[in-house]
Amino acid sequence: MKKFAIGFYVAVTIALMIWGYYQAIYVAPDEQTMHEAQRIFYYHVPSAMVAFLFFAISLIGSIGFLSFRRNRPDWAQASDAWALAGAEVGVVFCTVVLITGPLWGRRAWGIWWTWDARLTTTLVLWLIYVSYLLLRRFAAGPQVQTLAAVLGIFGALDVPIVYMSNRWWRTQHPAPVFGGGDDSGIKDPTMLAAFGWNVLAWLAWGLLILGLRYAVERQHQKYAAQEAQEALNEVA
Amino acid sequence: MTSALWTHLVKDLRIEWRSREAINSMLFFALLVVVLFSLAFDPRGAFSQEIAGGVLCVATMFASVSALNQAWAREIRHQVLDAQRMAPTSGAELFLAKVLANFLFVSIVQLLLAPVFLVFYNLRVEGNAWLLAVVLPLGTWALVANGTFFAALSIRTRNRELLLPLILFPIFMPALLAMVLATTSILTGDNDPTLWIKLLAGYDIIFTTVSLLLFDVVLHAE
Repeated sequence: MKKFAIGFYVAVTIALMIWGYYQAIYVAPDEQTMHEAQRIFYYHVPSAMVAFLFFAISLIGSIGFLSFRRNRPDWAQASDAWALAGAEVGVVFCTVVLITGPLWGRRAWGIWWTWDARLTTTLVLWLIYVSYLLLRRFAAGPQVQTLAAVLGIFGALDVPIVYMSNRWWRTQHPAPVFGGGDDSGIKDPTMLAAFGWNVLAWLAWGLLILGLRYAVERQHQKYAAQEAQEALNEVA
Repeated sequence: MTSALWTHLVKDLRIEWRSREAINSMLFFALLVVVLFSLAFDPRGAFSQEIAGGVLCVATMFASVSALNQAWAREIRHQVLDAQRMAPTSGAELFLAKVLANFLFVSIVQLLLAPVFLVFYNLRVEGNAWLLAVVLPLGTWALVANGTFFAALSIRTRNRELLLPLILFPIFMPALLAMVLATTSILTGDNDPTLWIKLLAGYDIIFTTVSLLLFDVVLHAE
């Protein structure tokens, strides 16, 4: 039953991604000023949304680990696996954002990169979570989970400050498409539909990878605990 | 509360007074960075006014990393850190004492470095010079408080010294930006640095509070 459910989810995800691609490339109308280059928007923005969501999952996992580690070891281990999976998959999606952004910027602005608030924030966010992954790789032993959880909280705390500081510094990124003001929002219904389908497709895909990564980490934890137990038995 | 903090602080100051390791190494390192930047960018005229603030902040940042690593590496020897973990006081006091000591060391380095800067970069302070006495301590506090915390965190890992800059620099970025922009606007007198001073103060308050709250978790991480 479980296998069937996973297989079904994978099939739906693949179908959604094909449908999203079709919508973005063939159905959505040509944008008036940016033309074809605008279509990268259907990949850039959903990836950014998914990346931010996964970093939030990572933060919740970090907080969960620190609160459960004393009295509920199993919950703590699960939280830690979520924190790691969220950070890792989030970094992948954030990388997609950082690659698709300059591709679009080169066409629309004539430059690859600018030190604008949102670009810099995303880059610093990416750097923070890469350093989080480095810590997890470099640290050994059981304390790595605690140390990583602490760094995860620090990193998340830094994000709003980075954003504010850069906003005061300079801003060039287009104003928010949604909730930015009276003129914001996508006016064309087919464009909005293409955008919605792509958000859904990439979210489904991201959740699939996140779930797989979580399962792998849980398995890894299980083997580590088993090995520790066997080593103890040998001593005894 | 204060006696444990005082004991840690006096101990660190005494060690530094006798060895002068941290201050000497930081001073020389910062001096090297200043010279290297001067060679790389050839600062003259108005251009030197613009980059001097950034060079000062980055030089302090690089220099303090080595000293901050040493601050905890010293405690690892002879299992001093284990003894401190068993001591019936809160880790926050140990942390605060280390921050205060290192804050003093880095500030001394900056004071000694300032005349060198004025000479090498032919600086004139166009804005309110006394504001530098607010900006530099605030920025240094941000650097030292976070640096001490992450040094304690990375010292528990396999690669120790290597890890500190890798995790400190990304977190420190907004404070560095604020520190550089405030210093530059004071030096050039073009802009008002108030906003950046506020940001630095906010950063200091937030991160010092969180560090004090979470230091016990790092100290006792098993």
